[in-house]
Amino acid sequence: MIHFENVGLRYGMGPEVLRDLTFDIPKESFQFLTGPSGAGKTTLMRLLFMSLQPTRGLVRTFGRDISTIGKEELPLLRRRIGIVFQDFRLLDHLTTYENVALPLRVRGKEEASYRNDVIELLRWVGLGERINVLPPVLSGGEKQRVAIARALIDQPQLLLADEPTGNVDPPMARRILSLLVQLNRLGTAVVIATHDLSLMDRFEARRMILADGRLEVYD
Amino acid sequence: MTDRPTSPLPAAGPGRGGRQRARTIAQIRDGNRDEPGDSHAAGGTAGSGDGRVPPSAPDSQSSEQRQRPVVLRPTAPIVPAGNISGRALILVIAIMSFLSCLTVGITTMVVATAESWQSQISREVTIQIKPAEGLDMDAALQQVRSAVMAVPGVTTATIVDRAATERLLAPWLGDGFDIDTLPVPRLVILSVGGETAPDYERLRQVLADTVPEAVLDDHRTWTDRLVAMARTMSLFGFLILGLMLAATALTVIFATRGVMAGNRHIIEVLHFVGAETGFIAGQFQRRFFLIGLKGAAIGGGAATLLFAALAIWQTFTRATPLNDQATALFGQFLLPAGGYLGIALVILIIAAMTTLTSRYTVMRAVREIDRLRADPSLVGIS
Ligand SMILES: Nc1ncnc2c1ncn2[C@@H]1O[C@H](COP(=O)(O)OP(=O)(O)O)[C@@H](O)[C@H]1O
Ligand SMILES: [Mg+2]
Repeated sequence: MIHFENVGLRYGMGPEVLRDLTFDIPKESFQFLTGPSGAGKTTLMRLLFMSLQPTRGLVRTFGRDISTIGKEELPLLRRRIGIVFQDFRLLDHLTTYENVALPLRVRGKEEASYRNDVIELLRWVGLGERINVLPPVLSGGEKQRVAIARALIDQPQLLLADEPTGNVDPPMARRILSLLVQLNRLGTAVVIATHDLSLMDRFEARRMILADGRLEVYD
Repeated sequence: MTDRPTSPLPAAGPGRGGRQRARTIAQIRDGNRDEPGDSHAAGGTAGSGDGRVPPSAPDSQSSEQRQRPVVLRPTAPIVPAGNISGRALILVIAIMSFLSCLTVGITTMVVATAESWQSQISREVTIQIKPAEGLDMDAALQQVRSAVMAVPGVTTATIVDRAATERLLAPWLGDGFDIDTLPVPRLVILSVGGETAPDYERLRQVLADTVPEAVLDDHRTWTDRLVAMARTMSLFGFLILGLMLAATALTVIFATRGVMAGNRHIIEVLHFVGAETGFIAGQFQRRFFLIGLKGAAIGGGAATLLFAALAIWQTFTRATPLNDQATALFGQFLLPAGGYLGIALVILIIAAMTTLTSRYTVMRAVREIDRLRADPSLVGIS
């Protein structure tokens, strides 16, 4: 589904943050992306989300070389990927429900056509009682789940979650992980970036480890 | 392919197994499956035989949920309405458009007054016949009258008769003087308000040929000075108007951009959840058109009301010194049609400027995001 070949990336005049990355994200796969803080996990997530282009190497997403994708086409291709940002990026003036519905709204769908789906999904992530709440009132774990629900609402083929358990206590971390695992069972490929080793011990899955700009993959 | 989970996960909710929740989202996915054009939904089918039941299966959980209908607020606009900076922007726009509309109104009034001076004065020409030895005044008046009527461009020629002349002179000579005992010049007033202005040189020639004592006064010096003054006033008015509109445009554009800067994160989020640039621009345009229109309408409306109030004041305080001065300078405060048109135009232009500025800012923000994407070496710099 996604293929990296000899990918390198540097910011500004700095050193290469990522070097010679070659790997695949197969359909319906589940993987942890890990490495110490500052190893380049977020950077790699941005490459996967096509919000960065590599400074060298080749990235193929859904069979397309991302350096050849025009900016008009990009949003449409990105609709097949759900992303959970490290800092959530919820809109504070919209309720939980409205935030989760946002991707459908920007696709021009009628509210009546997705209303029940959104509510159903919010219940699935355990936010059935927080539907009309604005983000500033939510706890870290709740925001995290709103962000996950927003990433999932349009049934992406790939879900990218950057430190989804970074701001929550261990029970909530387990709960979020279990949501993502269930999602994967339903067929969505999942990449979880985390530096939390205990989280990875809870679930056996492919591990992609970043260190010194290089990537090791343990299937 | 990935290993399937080997150990059961902790249940994701009090007393509810993961399987049941998985089925719930499976229903969501099934519900959306039959949407046309949704080519990528195939992910849900393979490898997820566990926990899937037909969507129509009886389900205690969802019937329990159905008992508590969810009440949602009316969906909020994507671009927030009326936050503090939005209200400040409305205020700024209102003030600037008030000043602009005031300038528009005053300029059109001054221009209209200047024009009316010009046209009133140049519509009349006077011929003065000075008394002279052996001149038969009445015959000369008749001669002049018929001679000038023959000149093209002269529409009427009226002899100011004895009685009228006496009335004209009465303030200086008192009532009851005898006009025949004094060498009083007599007047013929021509109106030249037709399509073509008469040829004054020819008119003078005609007069010289018929009655040499007749002198044409086309008020030219007087008119020229007034016209020059009127022109200066109009020019000055337009200059001020131009400066005012430029200041308004700059203020509105920069204030709009300031508010848009606070909305940058909204543009980013919309972009990342898959919104096309046109959609994002549309959301912002709509909001900022309303802000611009509201502010401009408040300012323009206030200016219009002010003119109306001044017109009313003028009617009720006629013939006071202050009123006379104001009237001399501005004419009637009743705005000419052009004034109202100008105010409406200013309102529309300001609304258009806020709209276009917000659109442009969205485009630029998306372009910026895209530029960083294409060239990560710029990320560190910005
Ligand atoms: N916008 C940026 N400009 C310059 N350097 C950056 C930028 N973002 C990240 N970096 C650098 O890239 C490296 C990897 O960062 P990041 O991908 O955020 O790591 P992680 O998510 O693993 O903590 C770090 O050394 C960081 O300083
Ligand atoms: Mg990070």
